[in-house]
Amino acid sequence: MLAYIARRVAMTLPTLLLVALAVFVLMRLIPGDPVLLMLGDSADATQLAEARRQLGLDQPLPLQFVHWLGQVLTGDFGNSISNSQPVLPLILERFQVSASIVLVAVLIAALIAVPAGLIAAWKQNQPLDVMIVGGATLLLSVPSFWLGLLLLLGFGMKLGWLPVVGYVPLTEDLGQGLLYIVLPIVTLALIETGVLTRMSRASAIEVLRLEYVTHARAKGSPESQVLLRHVLPNAFAPTLTLIGLVLGHLLGGIAVLETVFTLPGLGRLLVDAIFARDYPVVQGVLLFTALIYVVINLLVDLCYPLFDPRVAAQ
Amino acid sequence: MKLRANALIGGVLIGAVLVVALIAALWTPYDPLAIDLMSKLKAPSAAHWLGTDEFGRDVASRAMAGAASSGFIALFTVVGAVLLGTVVGVLAGFVRGWTDRLLMAVNDALLAFPGILLALAVMVIIGASRVGLVIALTLAYAPSVVRVVRGTVLSLREKEYVEASRMIGNPEWVTMVRHVLPNCIAPVAVLATSMFGWVLLSESALSFLGLGVAPPAPTWGNMLSGARSYLESAVWLGLAPGLCIALTLLGINLAGDALRDRLDPRMP
Amino acid sequence: MSADATFLTVDGLRLVAERSGNTVVNDVSFDVKRGEFLAIVGESGSGKTMAARAILGLLPPGIRHAGGHITMDGTELLTLAPEPLRKLRGATIGMVFQEPMVSLNPAMRIGAQMAEGLKLHTSLSELQIRERILAMLARVQIRDPQRCIDAWPHEFSGGMRQRIMLASVMLLKPALLIADEPTTALDTLTQGEVLDLMTELAREQGTAVLLITHNLGLVARYAKRVVVLCKGERVEMGATDQVLRAPIHAYTRQLVDALPRRSPTIARTGTPMPLIEARQLSVSFATPKRGWLGRSGTHVAVDAVDLTVHAGETVAVVGGSGSGKTTLGRAMLRLVPASGGEVVFKGQPVAPRGAALHDFRLACQLVFQDPYSSLNPRQRIGDAVHEPLRLVPGMSSAQRDARVAEVLDEVGLSGFGKRFPHELSGGQRQRVAIARAIVRRPAFVVADEPVSALDMSIQAQVLALFQSLQKTHGFACLFISHDLAAVEQIADRVVVIEAGRIVEQGTRDAVFDAPQHAYTRALLAAAPVL
Repeated sequence: MLAYIARRVAMTLPTLLLVALAVFVLMRLIPGDPVLLMLGDSADATQLAEARRQLGLDQPLPLQFVHWLGQVLTGDFGNSISNSQPVLPLILERFQVSASIVLVAVLIAALIAVPAGLIAAWKQNQPLDVMIVGGATLLLSVPSFWLGLLLLLGFGMKLGWLPVVGYVPLTEDLGQGLLYIVLPIVTLALIETGVLTRMSRASAIEVLRLEYVTHARAKGSPESQVLLRHVLPNAFAPTLTLIGLVLGHLLGGIAVLETVFTLPGLGRLLVDAIFARDYPVVQGVLLFTALIYVVINLLVDLCYPLFDPRVAAQ
Repeated sequence: MKLRANALIGGVLIGAVLVVALIAALWTPYDPLAIDLMSKLKAPSAAHWLGTDEFGRDVASRAMAGAASSGFIALFTVVGAVLLGTVVGVLAGFVRGWTDRLLMAVNDALLAFPGILLALAVMVIIGASRVGLVIALTLAYAPSVVRVVRGTVLSLREKEYVEASRMIGNPEWVTMVRHVLPNCIAPVAVLATSMFGWVLLSESALSFLGLGVAPPAPTWGNMLSGARSYLESAVWLGLAPGLCIALTLLGINLAGDALRDRLDPRMP
Repeated sequence: MSADATFLTVDGLRLVAERSGNTVVNDVSFDVKRGEFLAIVGESGSGKTMAARAILGLLPPGIRHAGGHITMDGTELLTLAPEPLRKLRGATIGMVFQEPMVSLNPAMRIGAQMAEGLKLHTSLSELQIRERILAMLARVQIRDPQRCIDAWPHEFSGGMRQRIMLASVMLLKPALLIADEPTTALDTLTQGEVLDLMTELAREQGTAVLLITHNLGLVARYAKRVVVLCKGERVEMGATDQVLRAPIHAYTRQLVDALPRRSPTIARTGTPMPLIEARQLSVSFATPKRGWLGRSGTHVAVDAVDLTVHAGETVAVVGGSGSGKTTLGRAMLRLVPASGGEVVFKGQPVAPRGAALHDFRLACQLVFQDPYSSLNPRQRIGDAVHEPLRLVPGMSSAQRDARVAEVLDEVGLSGFGKRFPHELSGGQRQRVAIARAIVRRPAFVVADEPVSALDMSIQAQVLALFQSLQKTHGFACLFISHDLAAVEQIADRVVVIEAGRIVEQGTRDAVFDAPQHAYTRALLAAAPVL
């Protein structure tokens, strides 16, 4: 088991390195001179040269990469051009906001979707199944930002139950804070429920066809036991992978929802930074997002042996 | 019974959008860009089926033009992603060894960026333009195609008819082109259908954020963005583009399901 | 109640497929007596599996009961409420399935799965359950029962899994055991072991056995009575010896005739030339590395084998699974790289690549085992047979087309050129595979288990086709099989291979009538023949 963990962790290292390289290359490809941006048009040649030397931009590229990588590994993501604040703490602060919404939403979605998919598969092609699949398909066809706007319109403006703009951190005021994140969580949860239900149903259908399920029935197991002990553990793995993928992507910031609900999240940080040409922030967010994705998928991989003992043996 | 309903509804929806997009390429009731401040923010009526926006532009025409715009961007992206992804995927899956490992390492690194973010990053470099959007989205979605194609190729390699082809004396590339490639079509077709929906959604999201197609050129995403300030006062501005996106995606998803059901039992 | 009392009666059973409306089982009746061994025999599509599943109410979705009764000890099973039916399953009637690879839940330990049945139907304590499981596992010859209980299914081979499955079902001491093709996926030796075990256990516990199979040889060996099904209808029923010796119905007679028989030795004139020789041929594979820093091992599949095939003769290579026979065949065709030794064709060594290999390829071909994966599903039959001809220099397009038509005619598939593989049955696909192999008129054909995946009567047809083609065209053949019955019919010489080494070889009659090596004797003993 330990060997499996070690192997999996080792396998992510090349990916992480390549990700860092990709971000570095991406940033170097942006047209325009970063020092010029920082110091403005009024700076003269010596000032520019001095700034370049300070930032290490006069070094050969590979050296720059190593230098930059070293900085990153020690947590130094550089400083924002807009307000000269260190980037990493800013990212982490914003990440908390996005993460709190995403984690709760995906959790709710999973809790609904997994049993719903299982039941739909069990009653395949019967009215209940058609309803569940139809509902799921409808949910995932709706763009999140539109659904958010509609809910905002309905519950925020027309009914006035929930605030329309702004954000209060939960740590400051639980009650108030909750009001601000209910709508984004509900929006996200609804859509992800659609996505996850379909996958849960598909993999449960696959498993229900297999012989060991018939064998369990032949032993006289009641249906509930068949579904819970034989189908679920074997059908869950693909859904788990999908949950990992979804989490990984969403934790990178749900830019559109944050824009609709005016939340100070990671996605909006990125968008604002792009408009403001604040490249250290852009670079930092991209790197951070990819890192989160890789880590989440690693965690999912490490959970696999719980559901499929064959995996650890490979 | 259920499958045919899928295909039917999906087909009707997609067909409608396609027809509208094609028509829009040639004609719309009004010029989507024509400003008419005298008729601004009018509710839907006989003259303006979907009302007008804050500049007096006809929402229906803009929606149609948006269909054409988003449709073509998505189409070119999917074609690009499928071509690029298939070539890389077949190469990686068939040749294996270090080529495979290198390609997959790069692919995994690209997959670590959520589609939108990667597209964003590329847009930052290339600059906002339709071509840039297509390139950015192609790069963002090609890795998914690579994964699926490589997976299919890996499983097909074990099939006896691939060995039979070698047995006859066919050179490797003939085996690859004549026997492996045609059998990759089914899973790629299913993926491409879903991908069309994802790309459409991504493009809408990007435009909504102001990083995709820039106004005044209409696309459903940026129309929704513009509707935010008038959410309560001019509801039709918010409903129309969103409904368009939702219905199109629904059609794509239903048709994709029907396609998968049809191709599945035949899949080798 | 007398020992011969009827225990289960199936009366006029009718099963219908919902979507197509086809009748899957039509008015089938038979009965099972206490403690007896009854076999239901039929080919694919005969309805035998469905009839058996109906007994336990385990019909797949899409098949429904449309008439008839199934009575057990007076209770009507088909209309039984779900709860009493559930209590019956496992405790009174147990079932063993076909595919050992998917019959055990991969996410549950063996012990837990075996205990499930006992927990459902008895009120034994944990300790008592554990004791019984250990005892039963030892009884089915699992080597380390303690370790087995905590192990996962993927750690066991197909044969062992079937034994575990058997143990699991027999733990509950059911009155009837339904075995649905329990050994079809296993090789001959393991087949015999598992079935012998099943018979012993059943006899010990007084369990009646209902064996579903397509293999008449197994029926002859184990079953006291037999029911023959054809296309959903019962065509014959009676004591096994009676039915097999003097079959009444035409279909039964067809099945019995299809059993491979030893054909008379073909007299060969003159001394045949050695056509292809393997000299000290060895093939070893690197076993996958464990982890990044792990060491890779080597597995020797073929160990310094010397084998000669003469022009026009058929040499059969027999062995169990994992014996290396398939690898040997492929190595002789240079499809698999050899790690030692050489292959000599017509006196010239065959290099692993280059022009010589190309000529070699033109003269030697392979017929694959699985008719469902040896043909490209997107290629029409005619194109598949035509493809090898593209590489033959000096043939005009018209000549190629003529040859394709000729060959398709020879295998009895004329006019099938435009069809796709999925439109053909397994037997027909195998004919296409044979057509593809002989279209270039090769001198040497390797047939890798060409009939193992086919129904009995189709097997006979394809074997006969093979023999007639060989007579017409005179190619030499290396026939790889684990099925000794098929080998008996078609081989001139027999080579027995175990763990990559030849343990015995000789003429067919010599090996079959006077086997020298223990492994050969075991194989012969396990082969179910009349």
